Amino acid sequence: MLKDITIGQYIARDSIIHALDARIKIMITTILIIALFTIDTFTGFGFFAAFVLVVVLLSKISVKKVLKGLKPILILVLFTLFIHIFLTKGGEVLWSWRFISIESEGVYTGFFMVSRIFILILFTSLLTLTTSPLQLTDGIEYILSPLKRFGVPASELSMMMTIALRFIPTLLEEADKIMKAQQARGADFESGNLIQRAKSLIPLLVPLFISAFRRADDLALAMESRCYRGGEGRTRLHELEFRYYDFIALIIIIILAVAVSFY
Amino acid sequence: MSLIEISGVDFLYENDNSDRPALQNIDLQIEAGDFAVIIGSNGSGKSTLAKLLNVLLTPSKGEIFVAGLNTNNPDNTWKIRQRVGMVFQNPDNQLVASMVEDDVAFGPENLGIPTQEIRKRVDKALEMVGMAGFQKFAPHKLSGGQKQRVAIAGVIAMEPDCIVLDEPTAMLDPQGRKEVMETVQYLNKEKGITVVHITHFMEEAVNADQVIVMNQGQILHKGSPKSIFRLVEQLKDVNLDIPVAVEVAEYLRQENIDIPDILSIDELVDALC
Repeated sequence: MLKDITIGQYIARDSIIHALDARIKIMITTILIIALFTIDTFTGFGFFAAFVLVVVLLSKISVKKVLKGLKPILILVLFTLFIHIFLTKGGEVLWSWRFISIESEGVYTGFFMVSRIFILILFTSLLTLTTSPLQLTDGIEYILSPLKRFGVPASELSMMMTIALRFIPTLLEEADKIMKAQQARGADFESGNLIQRAKSLIPLLVPLFISAFRRADDLALAMESRCYRGGEGRTRLHELEFRYYDFIALIIIIILAVAVSFY
Repeated sequence: MSLIEISGVDFLYENDNSDRPALQNIDLQIEAGDFAVIIGSNGSGKSTLAKLLNVLLTPSKGEIFVAGLNTNNPDNTWKIRQRVGMVFQNPDNQLVASMVEDDVAFGPENLGIPTQEIRKRVDKALEMVGMAGFQKFAPHKLSGGQKQRVAIAGVIAMEPDCIVLDEPTAMLDPQGRKEVMETVQYLNKEKGITVVHITHFMEEAVNADQVIVMNQGQILHKGSPKSIFRLVEQLKDVNLDIPVAVEVAEYLRQENIDIPDILSIDELVDALC
């Protein structure tokens, strides 16, 4: 049951968006997030949303799947909306009852914020939807590499992410196994209130942690015996390569971002 | 000079409360191209010996030379690790990447080999262990025997002179064990790679050039498989399982039936029928 969880939310497709270099995609996302925060009209958001839709269509991932990614933040969005509607004051009073009142400014800011959050999440989720975790870690390593001079261990960080990704399925499998073993000895993971259920996880977590540490020890030994000595002097099987359309995409985005923020 | 020369080696783990060193007075030579099998029960020091060959540990006393390089000299560490590849017991805990080809490429990447050359080596190594076509697979989708063969490929891609396998079959089912042993034997016989195979399954010593029996940190016997298996009683004393055919032959010999030295079921069948 635990095995079926997909890591990250990468959906493999053969599209231009997928083929873009991971570094370019990270840069584009950053530029557009900044641009998004400079927008102060609904027209701007409309324009932005249209652009996101074009990217989704180009990525060949179904709109439904992309929208599904918004589900977890729905509560946050509704919360933001209500806070603004009830607490931001100013403009006409639309409705009031004793000390509670809704004013036009509040409604406006509420919907404004919600549009911003929706577009932000939609757009950033496109990055993880169209970029495999491995490319993503490579891209992050590359982008962080200028910071190596200041002592940021960029390649080690990316190695850590790679290993974490590699071991997620292994540890899930192990958790499943331990759970079954404990259930066979009468452990109960399903009934009781929240606190009881949280407590019942202890016999699962303790062995899982111990075995994770043991694995880490073994892995360190195996890596050392295969000549791993940090990022210095390492080469790669998959080099990231900029191609001409990566630059075209970047230039288009910069023009768009500048246009949107000065509009 | 032999590929691996061990002379007068003792090893004592730090923070170890026991008085007995993990290894005591080990003398051993392994020739290039040999298939050497080290057998011993738990705690006999065989895994410690394996780690010494790869400079994961250095001897407390004595010297080890690998291809003429002294393991006590820290300057030699990485050169030796490139020449002596290690495969460990747990197939899950030695694969680094979430794709087979990335994992096999890990060693060559660490050595700083150019990208095109890595690609060639990865494909060649996977073909040698019979895992060609699995390049894009995730390790957790493979069987134990397949994972272990990927681990072997990862070592071969570094083009070592020698592979040390530390109980590579201990956690596998019989099918996986067979796959791994066939791969190892192929690499030794066809590709001329020296193999040091550490195991507690005695059957796996049958095809060896040299068998070393370890007990309590010392070498009990070394010699050809036939010479070792003749010591049935002594091997039983140190808690080793003797292959059934060897044991049957020994009982027949005790009953004064004239029977040659037997290593496998097939030989026993030939001798009796």
